[in-house]
Amino acid sequence: MSTRTERAKMRMRQRKSDMKKILTDPILTIAILFIIAALMLFILYPLFKVLKNSFLNSDNVLSMDAYKKAMTSNAFKTAFMNTLKLGIFVGTVSTVIAFIFAYTDAYCKSHFKRIFKVVALLPIASPPFVLSLSAVNLFGQYGLITRQLLGITNFNIYGFKGVALAQILGFFPVAYLMLVGLLRKIDPSIEEASRNMGASQGQTFWKVTLPLMVPGIANAFLITFIEVAADFGNPNVIGGNFGTLATTIYMQVMGNYNMKSGAAISVVLLGMSMSLFIAEKYWIENKNYVTVTGKSAKDRVFITDPKIVWPLDIFCLLVTVFIVLMYAMVPIGAFVKLLGVNNAFTLDNFKYVFASGGKAIRDSVWLAILAMPIAGIVSMIIAFLVSRKRFVGRGFIEFVSLMAMAVPGTVLGFGYVSAYNTKPLILTGTALLIVIAFVAKTLPIGVRNGIAALQQIDPAIEEAAQDMGASSVKVFSSVTVPLIKPAFFNSLINTFVRSMTAVSTVIFLVTPKYKLLTSSVMQQIDEGKFGYAFAYCSILMVIVLFAVWLLNFVLSRFGVSGGQKRTSVL
Amino acid sequence: MNRKAKGVRVNNVSKIFMSHSGDSEFKAVDSVNLDIQPGEFVTLLGPSGCGKTTILRMIAGFEIPTFGDIFMDDTRINDLSPDKRDTSMVFQSYALFPHLNIYDNIIYGLKLKKLTKHQIEEKARNIIELVGLKGMEQRSPNQISGGQQQRVALARALVMEPGVLLFDEPLSNLDAKLRVYMRNEIKKIQRAVGITAIYVTHDQSEAMSLSDRIIIMKDGIIEQVGTPQEIYFTPANEFVAQFIGDANFFEGTVKKLEGNKAVFGIQGQCFTGSYSGIKKTGDACKLVIRPEELSLGQEGTLKGIVTRSTFMGMQQEYTIQTDGISVEAIDTNPKNKRVYQEGEKVYLNFDQDKLHII
Repeated sequence: MSTRTERAKMRMRQRKSDMKKILTDPILTIAILFIIAALMLFILYPLFKVLKNSFLNSDNVLSMDAYKKAMTSNAFKTAFMNTLKLGIFVGTVSTVIAFIFAYTDAYCKSHFKRIFKVVALLPIASPPFVLSLSAVNLFGQYGLITRQLLGITNFNIYGFKGVALAQILGFFPVAYLMLVGLLRKIDPSIEEASRNMGASQGQTFWKVTLPLMVPGIANAFLITFIEVAADFGNPNVIGGNFGTLATTIYMQVMGNYNMKSGAAISVVLLGMSMSLFIAEKYWIENKNYVTVTGKSAKDRVFITDPKIVWPLDIFCLLVTVFIVLMYAMVPIGAFVKLLGVNNAFTLDNFKYVFASGGKAIRDSVWLAILAMPIAGIVSMIIAFLVSRKRFVGRGFIEFVSLMAMAVPGTVLGFGYVSAYNTKPLILTGTALLIVIAFVAKTLPIGVRNGIAALQQIDPAIEEAAQDMGASSVKVFSSVTVPLIKPAFFNSLINTFVRSMTAVSTVIFLVTPKYKLLTSSVMQQIDEGKFGYAFAYCSILMVIVLFAVWLLNFVLSRFGVSGGQKRTSVL
Repeated sequence: MNRKAKGVRVNNVSKIFMSHSGDSEFKAVDSVNLDIQPGEFVTLLGPSGCGKTTILRMIAGFEIPTFGDIFMDDTRINDLSPDKRDTSMVFQSYALFPHLNIYDNIIYGLKLKKLTKHQIEEKARNIIELVGLKGMEQRSPNQISGGQQQRVALARALVMEPGVLLFDEPLSNLDAKLRVYMRNEIKKIQRAVGITAIYVTHDQSEAMSLSDRIIIMKDGIIEQVGTPQEIYFTPANEFVAQFIGDANFFEGTVKKLEGNKAVFGIQGQCFTGSYSGIKKTGDACKLVIRPEELSLGQEGTLKGIVTRSTFMGMQQEYTIQTDGISVEAIDTNPKNKRVYQEGEKVYLNFDQDKLHII
């Protein structure tokens, strides 16, 4: 074994020869530099600005004032604890529900699988606050269920209860998709071996299946927690006096014009989110025991024992019915005057929305469409560079593009406002900034899907192309791209859906000129005009569902290369 | 095939892989020297992890040597990326493009060379005929069998008319009979085309049947280079003797050296055999005798007892205990020979003119 200096020298040589390979390929070099610049400019710089602002007082002098005020303010302390409570509670319950759904889907011969699948994905196609909106109309003061059905008048849905309900139902699908993917990949032979050695179904579950899933479950919990902490829409609609860090930031900035205080709270929220993200990435991701590569040994034989299947089915059915009920409220509420109060049929809501909200709807759609190709292409390029090439800065690119997932929308939006309202880059109030925000927020999932897709491609295929004379660019365009088409299309769908339904990210970026659909909904809710809000939501959901259907249709037409599975729409 | 076959020279090449954290390293290839002649079929043979694939990949350009140089004919190619080198590789997993049909797979590289449509068609036609895939051009890779996929990979590499053809364990994914068939096809094509071939495998029968020369490696170092006969009849050391075929080792000492012959003392008896190594009188040595070199009889050089007698169809395999050591022997065509059973006393004989000492 060589000495440490010899090894250091060899590392340098290794790095130099890696860089030589890159530098001889000008397009590759430019791509890398461009990506690094873009990431720094549109993800790191805004966050840096927020961080910087948090350390300034009202005279723009370096100080800890903002933090001191925050630490001593009751509102902040309550908001912080609320966020924690919410995160832990919703994270746990969501993960449990998601696991039950996932287990039923992957392991049991359930009778309602198709229904479960569809319903579990509904919340992804709509803004998270739709559930809050429905909850208010079902369980609020004049709620359909509370007042009309059960005659209760003093049940208060606002606060922790309401937010938790909306978030649990809204976020468990994400966890469900993660868990079902992992459960399906467990080799059935492992559990059969356990049964073979004398363990019952239950023992096998507790001693084999569950332990294998622990990293996945922890992962699902953390991801849900991050989403809960970042959620602005639900607490805003149904939180009442229950403030979270996300809503507090908004109130400080929009209500009190206190940028410094907003910055300090943003940093705290960001810190919370980041530590969870880092814990997830470095602690849990490496402990994945479920084999992720290659084909499974055989198909699973589903559990048919009624004692197991029926309780699971009934539970999932109840949750499903509940979700369907909540979503059914949207079109119903859009077609009546004032749900719960005046149930007369009317088209007025839609008339109003198309009349005064037409531009907001069009803008949302156009900007989401614009963001699609940018996010799609950039995420595929990043995935390719990170998976297939070695160069100085690769770790940086990978970390930053995935880390953006843990940046709460409110913080990102606030960061953009802080960073781009002074020279040399004045972008606030522009459509461009909104598009950039959409891209930044949806990039991480595209990158993750791209990396997963690339992992499934035998690297020898790209080497073969290179062997026959293809340059890096040619390899990428003629071999890699066709093979990651499914991931690319999924990234497009994901960008469109998330951009259309984004709330916290755009809440700081909307202007009278660019109102956007989601912020219009929030405005109507603020004013109590639920009919209009429902109408907007109905239109939004129709657009999103249509777009998802369309993109899936195009994907199936343009072919998925034989045997390639769809990566998830996350 | 008009293009010239090229030779490859590997000069003192080492490849050291560093771990991510940089505090551990793995020496995959250690100061290896090779000189491969144009038109030669050379096999890099060895157990997993011996460095043979790493050397192949360095010649192809997918890895860069940590130390040393690689030359093709007289050009140093260390700094050339794989797409600029005059090599073509047949990959272990075939690496066919799943989104292209057979024909497009094969002409992929030709299109990059900017040949005319007519030239491409002609070359493709010839190669498809050569590998026996006529009529399958429109199929996609997942619609053909393993053997056919292998032939597509071969066609794709051959049609590039490279100076050197590289094979990375191309037959390991095929079943046994197909492997034998395909390796004969590969050899036939290589002879017909006259191209230089560097073949990596861990299967010694492949190496023996295909190669003009075999390079045996272990732990990043070359143990021996030679023709199949040289390697088999005169292995340089114990590892080589055991890796190719089976071998019995009798320990003894060098008693006397006479020119290119030597006298050895083994099992209390003296034998004279050829020896041209560096050992001196009094040094310990080993006599290498292959199982098929031993014949059993009622009288002979070594006395022993049969401890195992297994009928294998083509041959009878014996384990014989003689003077405290276990010896393997093989008797081919047992139909017409006396077969000894377990427990029987027997004598072992061997041709004492061509003994090999290590």
